[in-house]
Amino acid sequence: MIFEYAPAPESRSVVTLRETYELFVDGAFTPAEGGEYLTTLNPADETKLAQVAVAGPADVDRAVAAARRAHETVWSRMPAAERGKYLFRIARIIQERSRELAVLESMDNGKPIKETRDVDLPLVAAHFFYYAGWADKLAHAGLGPDPRPLGVAAQVIPWNFPLLMLAWKIAPALATGNTVVLKPAETTPLTALAFAEICQEADLPPGVVNILTGAGETGRALVEHPGTDKVAFTGSTEVGRQIARSVAGTDKRLTLELGGKGANIVYDDAAIDQAVEGIVSGIFFNQGHVCCAGSRLLVQESIADELMPLLKARISRLRLGDPLDKNTDLGAINSAAQLERIRELTDTGEAEGAERWSPACDLPRSGYWFAPTVLTGVSQAHRVAREEIFGPVLSVLTFRTPEEAVAKANNTPYGLSAGVWTEKGSRMLWTAERLRAGVIWSNTFNKLDPASPFGGYKESGYGREGGRHGLEAYLG
Amino acid sequence: MPVPHTAFAPEATTNRALRAFLHGLPGVDEVGARARAQDLSTRSVKTTAKSQAIDLAISMVDLTTLEGADTPGKVRALCAKAAHPDPTDRTVPRVGAVCVYSDMVATAVDALRGTGVGVASVATAFPSGRAPMEAKLADTRRAVADGAGEIDMVIDRGAFLSGDYLKVFEEIAAVKEACGAAHLKVILETGELATYDNVRRASHLAIRAGGDFVKTSTGKVSPAATLPVTLVLLEAVRDHHAATGRHVGVKPAGGIRTTKDAVRNLVLVNEVAGPDWLTPDLFRIGASSLLNDLLMQRTRLSTGTYPGPDYYTLD
Amino acid sequence: MAERRNTRKAARGAAEAGGGTGGPAPARLAVRKTYKLYLGGAFPRSESGRSYPVTSDSGQHLANASLASRKDARDAVSAARKAFGGWSTRTAYNRGQILYRVAEVLEGRRDQFAAQAVAAQGLSRAEADRVVSAAVDRWVYYAGWTDKFAQVLGGANPVSGPYYNHSAPEPTGVVAVLAPRYAPLLGLTSVVAPVIATGNTAVVVTSETAPLAAIDLAEVLATSDLPGGVVNLLTGRVPELGPHLAAHADVNALDLTGAGESAVEFERAAATTLTRVLRPGPGADGGEEAWLDPDPGTARMTPFLETKTVWHPVGI
Repeated sequence: MIFEYAPAPESRSVVTLRETYELFVDGAFTPAEGGEYLTTLNPADETKLAQVAVAGPADVDRAVAAARRAHETVWSRMPAAERGKYLFRIARIIQERSRELAVLESMDNGKPIKETRDVDLPLVAAHFFYYAGWADKLAHAGLGPDPRPLGVAAQVIPWNFPLLMLAWKIAPALATGNTVVLKPAETTPLTALAFAEICQEADLPPGVVNILTGAGETGRALVEHPGTDKVAFTGSTEVGRQIARSVAGTDKRLTLELGGKGANIVYDDAAIDQAVEGIVSGIFFNQGHVCCAGSRLLVQESIADELMPLLKARISRLRLGDPLDKNTDLGAINSAAQLERIRELTDTGEAEGAERWSPACDLPRSGYWFAPTVLTGVSQAHRVAREEIFGPVLSVLTFRTPEEAVAKANNTPYGLSAGVWTEKGSRMLWTAERLRAGVIWSNTFNKLDPASPFGGYKESGYGREGGRHGLEAYLG
Repeated sequence: MPVPHTAFAPEATTNRALRAFLHGLPGVDEVGARARAQDLSTRSVKTTAKSQAIDLAISMVDLTTLEGADTPGKVRALCAKAAHPDPTDRTVPRVGAVCVYSDMVATAVDALRGTGVGVASVATAFPSGRAPMEAKLADTRRAVADGAGEIDMVIDRGAFLSGDYLKVFEEIAAVKEACGAAHLKVILETGELATYDNVRRASHLAIRAGGDFVKTSTGKVSPAATLPVTLVLLEAVRDHHAATGRHVGVKPAGGIRTTKDAVRNLVLVNEVAGPDWLTPDLFRIGASSLLNDLLMQRTRLSTGTYPGPDYYTLD
Repeated sequence: MAERRNTRKAARGAAEAGGGTGGPAPARLAVRKTYKLYLGGAFPRSESGRSYPVTSDSGQHLANASLASRKDARDAVSAARKAFGGWSTRTAYNRGQILYRVAEVLEGRRDQFAAQAVAAQGLSRAEADRVVSAAVDRWVYYAGWTDKFAQVLGGANPVSGPYYNHSAPEPTGVVAVLAPRYAPLLGLTSVVAPVIATGNTAVVVTSETAPLAAIDLAEVLATSDLPGGVVNLLTGRVPELGPHLAAHADVNALDLTGAGESAVEFERAAATTLTRVLRPGPGADGGEEAWLDPDPGTARMTPFLETKTVWHPVGI
């Protein structure tokens, strides 16, 4: 018999969208001086969600000045324990409003409600909760007896985990006594603006958190603004390079969390069903819009013929569609531009000789959609094995020996994440030791936690976010 | 194409060959298996899908009474319930089978004649399995002779845990022979096997030895039929089918009390083994109190109001 | 300072031979040392064949140093990359033993280094002794760090789930070090020792004006069981070598201490491949006395370390 799950949509009624959103500067929502707006869409159906102010240079000046004032007059002078209590309060409000935020995130981003509800939002609250507790314990963080905040942090975040990336940036910055000006991504500004409301609700002093919406130009104006002490960026390696160049010669501290082309190594003694799950979550979690995605499957040749049918059967079970349906595994691609890039690179993979496979999968008529895709017969020389696709496209390569697996895994300019699947402990540790990547998931994948440092080697960036290590980026 | 792990059938059945086969199976990562089961348990099954799932679950129930205090009267009452779970609503399907001790088989067969509900009997010194082989076989033969169409045997967990796979294998094979035309369900008592690796090995051992079903638990040991355990069993039958083309059934038993539990099991079946297994021929749920909860949820769906327990028969 | 190509005809100072122009021949003619590069464990001349004269603080000619070229820098990066695998996977204990051995060998040659410091930098003998002692002690200091920094900087992370989660620092790889310009021994030691103590390998551009101590130190390194290629010393000019090292895609990190006015340009060049950059600190252009702090801590190690976090489920 066929067991069809009936639609199970999460209610949108928990979200009240405003038609227009302004910038959040110095504790208040104020229009951009240029009077320009951009429109943010629901990528699942291309409907307009809201129009959002575009911050220009004058707005950046204003926000940086507000942050400076807040830093000097309030935030850095406050007893650290009190600072921490603001963060605890924010964490609690996020928990209270988590369903609303999850729905809003799914609408603006296109990711499934299952993920925003069960992954993003719990992690967002946990991140604030974690760093809240650090605020009055910084002298014990191993960064010197009297670590000092840097001042004003300019923070630019991507669209793949809008609110989670905001939490990764803002929580440690605030805990350490810095104030922030944060720019959310052009296509996903809404949860950051909801967060601004939460700051108001928490009575956070004006200017401690400023949210400037806009596109690339706004981001550039912010990271190049001379009035900040710190730049933290998560996004593409290309933009990361520009930012690294632009802060050269300044006293600004810089952390970058950039792209990746993570290898997921499956040895022939792996727990095969869990490896299949790990491969699937490695590349299809968040539609593959994950910098630490396991986008290169390196499977030991001796087990490839056994693994691939299981993997394909499993992928065939993925449910693609309405992001707000609780049973959706794979949501919408975030934007038309990203969809185009995924298409282009995937087509290239096919043109270069890889075999392309997708399960039978009905794509919705409107919105941006891409079926889960597996490219087999990929070699290191193919573009799809080297360039970050940032979509639900898995490249499959094989290897014969552990040395070859490690060599192939490391044969990339990136170094963010990698996975290892083996039931043999010593081989796991041997492999993990040799992988040049900042996060190694062995017998699991795409696990995140506020206590766990995250960040890359090589061109995946520098600095760590999360854990005790994450404090270092915001203390001098 | 290399032969999948699970396709290997030991030619000469020696303990050594069995051990090599079972220990050559891929391991099961406990955390990963739990996470997968947890993830599937968040599937939201509502409205039409839920009605369909409830009726399917009812038809898969092995309505069970396995008490020292069982009497012919109790068994007859249970049989009446099995044939007509809701006497006021004839659209409710009958359950899959009634499951009783072997000495109650004749009573159950009598009570169920003409209803289409099967009679399953536990056998082989249920629940411990600690009895001489002759006694186990006699128990089985008697139940079959009295008309049981299904035999739920227990494996010798002691032998399994001590590494004597051959003994377990031979017992299952012998009981299978004693079953004749009756279907054999092999109870692994996963709560005593301690690891999912063992659960996977025991599943394949039971399948190799001729079991028609693998069943999680006796219901007398906790934990019983947890979702991750059922997941591992479903993977075993899925892999066996892929390797040989033969369908083996799965029966979680013990601890499945609510409609939500039952639906989660069906989701697991659907997404792990596949829709082929969504039939009472290949999936059963061993339970007693579950049935009334399914009936209550059925009413709730059709009438829109919450019913009370007094509106459903005790047995 | 003049650059010469295979010529040895510049005016010589009188310091070592003990005679001025036209004086009587010494009873014994001193044997001078040819200062070459230290590259991959060997002492080659610059592939360019160039050298440059090195003078003392007071302007007297001391020796000719090899003038390293772009290709020497490239070769040094290759040598450092080749040595990285072996050096980074040695046990921390073994690296500590070798760094301590460097201290031992340096201690045995303190007179030579002190005399060098007096001649080259015009230090008093007492000042020179103090600097040499501090340099020896600096090697001892970092010898002790090799098997401790991972414990200090890493650790277990209490994630909320059934996972063992652990972070540990690892060497970033090949580090290009532009050594302090005016602190040729203690300053050099202070920037190189932390780089290799943590398992990195180094390509070092030594003080342009006072490069001789570096090559003398290379002789110490070469006789202390330090594998070839772990430290590569290039004597020459930062403005010539720096751009190639900063932009080199196989350099993982860049220490700009001795970059002088080129620091910003090099930082920009490094951005192209996201090379880690340690900007010049406040004492970067100080003399040896700027490097006397006996406990520099972890500040010169952490910029050349990557934190690797490993997750593993905990189950049966």
